[in-house]
Amino acid sequence: MIRRSLVACGPWLLVWLLAGCAGAQSALDPAGDQAARTESLWTLMLWICGVMYLLVLLFLAASIWRARRRLAGPPLSQGQASPAERPLLRALTGWVGLTVAGLLVLTVGSFVVDRQLAQAEAGQALRVKVTANQWWWKVEYEDPVANRRFITANELHLPVDRPARIELEAGDVIHSFWVPNLGGKQDLIPGRTNHLTLTPRRMGLFRGQCAEFCGLQHANMALDVTVESPSAFTAWSEHQRQPARAPSDPRLARGRDVFVGAACASCHAVGGQTAMGQVGPDLTHLASRRSLAAGARPYSRGALAGWLADPQSLKPGNHMPYVATNPDELNALVDYLDSLK
Amino acid sequence: MKRGSRTASLLPKPECDLTIDAPSIFFPRAPFPTRGDFVRQIITATIVAACLTAAACDRETRAVRAPTTANGVSGPVSPTSLRAGGGLALPPVDPRAPLYDGNAYQISEGQRYYEWFNCSGCHAHGGGDVGPALMDDEWRYGGAITQIRASIAEGRPNGMPSFSDKIPDEQLWQIAAYVRSMGGEADKLAASSRDDHMRATPPNNQAKPGPEHGDATAARLGAAR
Repeated sequence: MIRRSLVACGPWLLVWLLAGCAGAQSALDPAGDQAARTESLWTLMLWICGVMYLLVLLFLAASIWRARRRLAGPPLSQGQASPAERPLLRALTGWVGLTVAGLLVLTVGSFVVDRQLAQAEAGQALRVKVTANQWWWKVEYEDPVANRRFITANELHLPVDRPARIELEAGDVIHSFWVPNLGGKQDLIPGRTNHLTLTPRRMGLFRGQCAEFCGLQHANMALDVTVESPSAFTAWSEHQRQPARAPSDPRLARGRDVFVGAACASCHAVGGQTAMGQVGPDLTHLASRRSLAAGARPYSRGALAGWLADPQSLKPGNHMPYVATNPDELNALVDYLDSLK
Repeated sequence: MKRGSRTASLLPKPECDLTIDAPSIFFPRAPFPTRGDFVRQIITATIVAACLTAAACDRETRAVRAPTTANGVSGPVSPTSLRAGGGLALPPVDPRAPLYDGNAYQISEGQRYYEWFNCSGCHAHGGGDVGPALMDDEWRYGGAITQIRASIAEGRPNGMPSFSDKIPDEQLWQIAAYVRSMGGEADKLAASSRDDHMRATPPNNQAKPGPEHGDATAARLGAAR
């Protein structure tokens, strides 16, 4: 009965496990050059190590079977190789050869992949500077023309088929930048700049995650990555360069006044307003983002209101303080922030 | 066979008369105290002592929400009557003060916000610049945490702006706790042991507190503490 149910569950279990290979945050579902190279090395290692492991088990089984059969027979002679040991010697020589060959293939393979990953990408790379903070990502799109630079937070948009050179810095402690579908991990270290090149080849929505434990809310430090067509990317970046939408009615204007007058503006910037704080995420186009508080919740007006009413219940320990507002002010503030598309 | 006779009965019968002194952890307990009992008592005492020692580990209790023992908005009446050239009455005791003054987490948060809100722009990292030094023992407007918080919230003459609308109350307390730790006034176990910038003086948890003088002007006027 138990055996039958196990047999019935087996395929489902396999499907369930294999389902982990695809998805928005999977190194086994590459959507970019760097991730594809890493994945090919991973596959090579899987096959070589898997075959070697099976061989070891096979030899072990054979030796147990032999020992049980030969237990009654005459003992093997010591010192000189008896005719019975000759096949064993041959097998051992072959085994050593196989091990050396396998290790050689793995070494050459990892060397080649390492070189490919370090290679400068052809074509004009998009330059993006990512600064990790406890617990959010500051994303700056560089441009030779100063007023064409723009800043956003917790989201990374990349055009498909164009390499992006990402500068990685940290504001407080060590973090690690990891978008598994696009490439490997790279640490962000305070006081130095690391680099990572990503060349996306497939459009889609992916998820990045801090991969170095960085404090209480390390788990809630995600990055929404969007790989889109070059035209969509141009449209998005042109929109990001615009200042925030001016309040169109008195209620939104009231929310703007609350934002600028209260403590919000000490830390957050809203383009085109007097709010110019630099220590918190830039909120110029907050309502156009997919998630809130570095992936802690999908963006919605309700989630935003909850976040402002008590930031410590959604993400305990984070550095967003509770700012005392009465319900009327809070509603106006939420309406205003929700209008920042 | 004088000791451990019950013990010995479980084992194969010895050929000669060996006294087996087996640890009582593995064998049934003897009806009288053996060395095993003594060892067991030592182990128990050690475990109890370790638990008691661990219970004393209260260097830091992290409260992610601000303590709500008092109204967070500062009222029209200042908690300090100490003004430049004025009297020296101590401010009313605020029940929140010790929660910030002796807590490592709150002080380290204050250290973070000291940079974020650009206190270092005028006061440097404690040595003073356009604003007065914070790591000495001179306090123009009082060195109690309530007084420091009031100075940040209300602002003071000759350049110190009021931050009560710009910095939430919890952060004001945290910054005040950090400022106090700069001069070595805060709890030594809670003060920060390092900074992220260069400094020529010992870390805050090794700073030696001096006597609190209060305002030099007030002292000159002869007001007694």
